[in-house]
Amino acid sequence: MNFWEYLSSRHEQLLADAWQHASAVFQCMVLATLIGVLIGVVTYRSNWAGNLATTATSTILTIPSLAMIGLLVPIVGLGVPPTVIALTLYGLLPIVRNSIVGLRGVDPTLVDAARGIGMSGAARLLRVELPLAWPPILTGIRVSTQMLMGIAAIAAYASGPGLGNEIFRGLASLGSANALNQVLAGTLGIIILALLFDAGYVLIGRLTIPRGIRV
Amino acid sequence: MSDTAPQKTADGQAPAEEQAPSDGHGASIELENLTKKYPGSPQPAVDNVSMEIKAGETVIFVGPSGCGKSTTLKMINRLIEPSGGRIRIGGEDVTDIDPVKLRRKVGYAIQSAGLFPHMTVAQNIALVPKMIGWSRARIASRVEELLDLVGLDPGEFHGRYPRQLSGGQQQRVGVARALAADPPVLLMDEPFGAVDPITRDHLQDELIRLQHELHKTIVFVTHDFDEAIKLGDRIAVLRERSHIAQFDTPEAILTNPADDFVSGFVGAGAALKRLNLTRVRDVGITDYPTVTVDTPLQEIFLLLRSSGTNEILLLDRRRRPYKWLRRGDLMRARGSLARAGTLVHDTVTRDATLRDALEAVLTDNAGRVAVTGRRGEYEGVVDMETLMNSVHELLEADRLDAMEHRHDLEEIRAAQTHAEQEGGAGGQKA
Repeated sequence: MNFWEYLSSRHEQLLADAWQHASAVFQCMVLATLIGVLIGVVTYRSNWAGNLATTATSTILTIPSLAMIGLLVPIVGLGVPPTVIALTLYGLLPIVRNSIVGLRGVDPTLVDAARGIGMSGAARLLRVELPLAWPPILTGIRVSTQMLMGIAAIAAYASGPGLGNEIFRGLASLGSANALNQVLAGTLGIIILALLFDAGYVLIGRLTIPRGIRV
Repeated sequence: MSDTAPQKTADGQAPAEEQAPSDGHGASIELENLTKKYPGSPQPAVDNVSMEIKAGETVIFVGPSGCGKSTTLKMINRLIEPSGGRIRIGGEDVTDIDPVKLRRKVGYAIQSAGLFPHMTVAQNIALVPKMIGWSRARIASRVEELLDLVGLDPGEFHGRYPRQLSGGQQQRVGVARALAADPPVLLMDEPFGAVDPITRDHLQDELIRLQHELHKTIVFVTHDFDEAIKLGDRIAVLRERSHIAQFDTPEAILTNPADDFVSGFVGAGAALKRLNLTRVRDVGITDYPTVTVDTPLQEIFLLLRSSGTNEILLLDRRRRPYKWLRRGDLMRARGSLARAGTLVHDTVTRDATLRDALEAVLTDNAGRVAVTGRRGEYEGVVDMETLMNSVHELLEADRLDAMEHRHDLEEIRAAQTHAEQEGGAGGQKA
């Protein structure tokens, strides 16, 4: 059975896996974005807290993903929970770092102007600082997503959802007829998904970055 | 009180409008022993400043960099919280009220405008009205009104982003934003510091024109003494820690600086600077025979022959000065208006200073310049003779004032020493 025959015979299974993969990454990204931006907003004003947040999140990133999931399994069990927790944690770093850098990069005279015309702290954050920091934050989200696409494959190790199952199945039966096809299908699927997401972000950028600050 | 301003000269300058706080006009500002100490520095940044600013008055804080003028300004809207003293605006003590509420009633314009780059011009201007809950329709019409007021075409600029504007245009929008909710007080922190000299000059003229219409109370910080003279009803010359070296009208500071620090700051050429203090509107402008491009040639010939001057001014269809026509010009151009005469190079507005007018008259080869109104329409002509006469009158009047002033001071001083000698402890007199 060549690769194309394999694809056509298994396309239902593959599509279901791809859908689950995409949906897991997407949901974890939403979570990571909310938490990451929140951490950024809370810590950017203080040198000390901002650095702590960046260091903490980058430390998480140094934990090998297989080890992280392996460590989570005894605590939260198999399946979806360890996947979501691991992916969200891994997704944090680029978002936290870019939020902090973006918010710190807002021209202080603009913040001064916002204060001077009588904007409250919340209004300043929502109407001036976050919109101006949004392009770097969006870049962080994009980088994060690419990273999670790959890491999500490891989730299959803990019986999580996604295209990783295809890869692990292939690896477990190396030498058998379809082993290579399985690994190839899983990997290519992840790459295609990553490209689709990236295109999505370009579109989101077009729609959400105000024309006045678009490069 | 470190205020050295003698009451006499301040009275000579009629306060602009006395029915102040109502209908959008200015409110008075009183600073009482205002002090700012930063933790960790032994000297206060601003030390015990007291000052009264009348409603509708333009007061300029001028002084060397680092003298605390900007800090003092920022304490008025409490961007910097004072460590001591009181601030009253329109009689109301605002030292302890919610700063956010205070700032919505006090316009604030800063250097390089501080426009939000992610919002359009209209959105920038609409910010404060939106925050205080104006209706959509009211905000929309206010934005149009303000753009028109600062001399930008609403249709063209409404939807632009700040980066699509020149520095001068950005600054205009910055002023419009500061004025959006019609605050009685306007604070301006070196607003024209970052634009080129020509644009700065225009912006200053515009501000003067605006203030003529609006009568806000303006506090304006600059380190440029010429700018201070041009814009201020009164100038506070500040030295380090915001101590007031002199607080008086520009005329009084120019002709009678309180001490060496002030005269050092005034610099050379006080007589020339004096020309900046009087405007074309204050001297007589002469009427001139004019015709428009639509006037029949026959009539132009008649007018040229009958009028006393040997020159007439040709206006275009919108009544803007277009060409100077002399008697021989039409003959030489064989009756063609398109070819005859010399184009009008330079005009001044009624708000231009005598210095600008002098400049224009000096560069014009016939020694006269046309005066135009707000939309460039013809209003009259100023020539060398008018200028000379007014300058002589001005300097004479200043000299008399200064002499009287000095006389008064001497009398007060004499009375004081007299009192001190008479009754030992009774020498304490303000």
